[in-house]
Amino acid sequence: MGIDALKRSLWVFHVNAGSCNGCDIEIVAALTPRYDVERFGIKLVGTPRHADVLLVTGPVTRQMKDKLLRVYEQTPEPKLVVVVGNCGSTCGVFYESYNIEGPVDKLIPVDVYVHGCPPRPEAIIEGIAKAWAKLEKTKVKK
Amino acid sequence: MKRVHQNLPKISTMVKRMADNEKKVNIPIGPIHPALKEPVQIEVSVSGERVTDVNITLGHVHRGIEWVGTRRNPIQTLYIAERVCGICNICHPMAFCIAIENAANIAVPERAEYLRTIFAELERIHSHLLFLGVAAHEMGFDSILHYTWLTREKVLDVVEMLTGNRITKGIMMIGGVRRDISDSQAEKIRAAMDYYEKVYGKMCNIFLDDKTIKMRTRDIGFLSKKDALRFCAVGPTARASGVKKDIRQDYPYAAYPDIDIEALTPEFLLKETRGDVYDRVVMRAIEIKQSIDIVRECLKEMPSGPIVSEPVLQKLLFNLKQVQGEGVALVEAPRGELIHYIKMEKADAPSSWKIRAPTYANLHVLRTMLIGSELADVPVIVASIDPCMSCANRAIIADKGALLYQEKLRELCIGKTRRLRGATK
Repeated sequence: MGIDALKRSLWVFHVNAGSCNGCDIEIVAALTPRYDVERFGIKLVGTPRHADVLLVTGPVTRQMKDKLLRVYEQTPEPKLVVVVGNCGSTCGVFYESYNIEGPVDKLIPVDVYVHGCPPRPEAIIEGIAKAWAKLEKTKVKK
Repeated sequence: MKRVHQNLPKISTMVKRMADNEKKVNIPIGPIHPALKEPVQIEVSVSGERVTDVNITLGHVHRGIEWVGTRRNPIQTLYIAERVCGICNICHPMAFCIAIENAANIAVPERAEYLRTIFAELERIHSHLLFLGVAAHEMGFDSILHYTWLTREKVLDVVEMLTGNRITKGIMMIGGVRRDISDSQAEKIRAAMDYYEKVYGKMCNIFLDDKTIKMRTRDIGFLSKKDALRFCAVGPTARASGVKKDIRQDYPYAAYPDIDIEALTPEFLLKETRGDVYDRVVMRAIEIKQSIDIVRECLKEMPSGPIVSEPVLQKLLFNLKQVQGEGVALVEAPRGELIHYIKMEKADAPSSWKIRAPTYANLHVLRTMLIGSELADVPVIVASIDPCMSCANRAIIADKGALLYQEKLRELCIGKTRRLRGATK
């Protein structure tokens, strides 16, 4: 994956589906000066309708299930889903809880899993870069 | 011309009539909304630009933590306690440990108490810097967000050096802590504290002198001292209204009894305490300075000795299995008073675990603050109590139709009396 594979800037929408804030503050840390993903053109946007990539954190609680599905449907094609954190990938420490509907891939198709509890900002950036390369490929095929 | 003008009603009555005619509009904010970092639903009724009523719906981040905790042994549960909240993940496991130690009568070594205090204060510095950034972001002052979050990385570096991770630290253990601080590490913490002393000076310049911050936060979202007491507000939210309450001062735990701590109010930096958003923002800046002093004093006074009372985990678990009793812990989290309650009944897992997080207490004052404010001030007022929804969501109402009101409850109560009477006859 070369830098020429990345033709457009990537806009990201963040959905907190019952996360503990750990992954969320690492996502914000990735945006702020030390990691500064905005220099690559990656930007957090306020609505899923503007987004290319959905960043999902959290094990998906019962009340967030339909909201997550709705956000996924509102995101225009081509779209990719990146799950940040162990909770979203496997439900993590909450696996046996009565109020968990996840993991995320049970509800919506997931393209990239970023592991860690919480993952470091570097790992989140790598995950988004992988999703980006995948997105550019799907565009070429079409 | 003069007569026409005279026939018109006065402007003040016209405005009043317009306000009367205006329909109230309900604006739902959330659960997924760009102004919110966490899922919570705030329904605001507005008349014109003024907020007339507020309704807050919680439960979106309810993960059944307390229930999960009663199905695993205390050491496994410790790591769930850490994941109650990603921002305050020293104070939750610390409160959990203290509650179990109280139930099981475990004495914590003195050095471990000091280490716990240092970790708790490092967490407070990181949490308050995070808050100052978020508050500035809500005002639209993103340069401050980026500045505070850049300076926050330094404390995360220190935490990573001490514990091995930036966010979830995994440092607490029942009866002590898991890792010691060496002399070379202590030197690095001192250097970081010197750095934060400078940051604090700059932060004071920004928050005390900058016009934009004063314009957007002065005299909005009032919380009077009376209301703060009436709704039992806790932590910086209460202190910014002039209520001098702080668990570290009132019911000291860990190494706080050895350190002279006084609950501060905004009068430390400002001439008066008004209880508005500005006071609550300045309050956090003041507490950063207090935390720096506490960390320095702890490093200076720290005694030598063991860091955990029982290093063999199997033995600790075996001992905990014999425990019958209950324990309560009060801890001053960055957002205020945090309570953990544990009941142990000679079993693998605790039979009951209850958490009351500071945000739960502070959400009640939100309504008082919001009513009468402008709609454009709602995000900054909500942010000013530093809400942490993942801490506060301890229960959900699964079926809203089944809500029990007083009449229904009384009906059920009378029914039971009749049933019991029938059974005895």
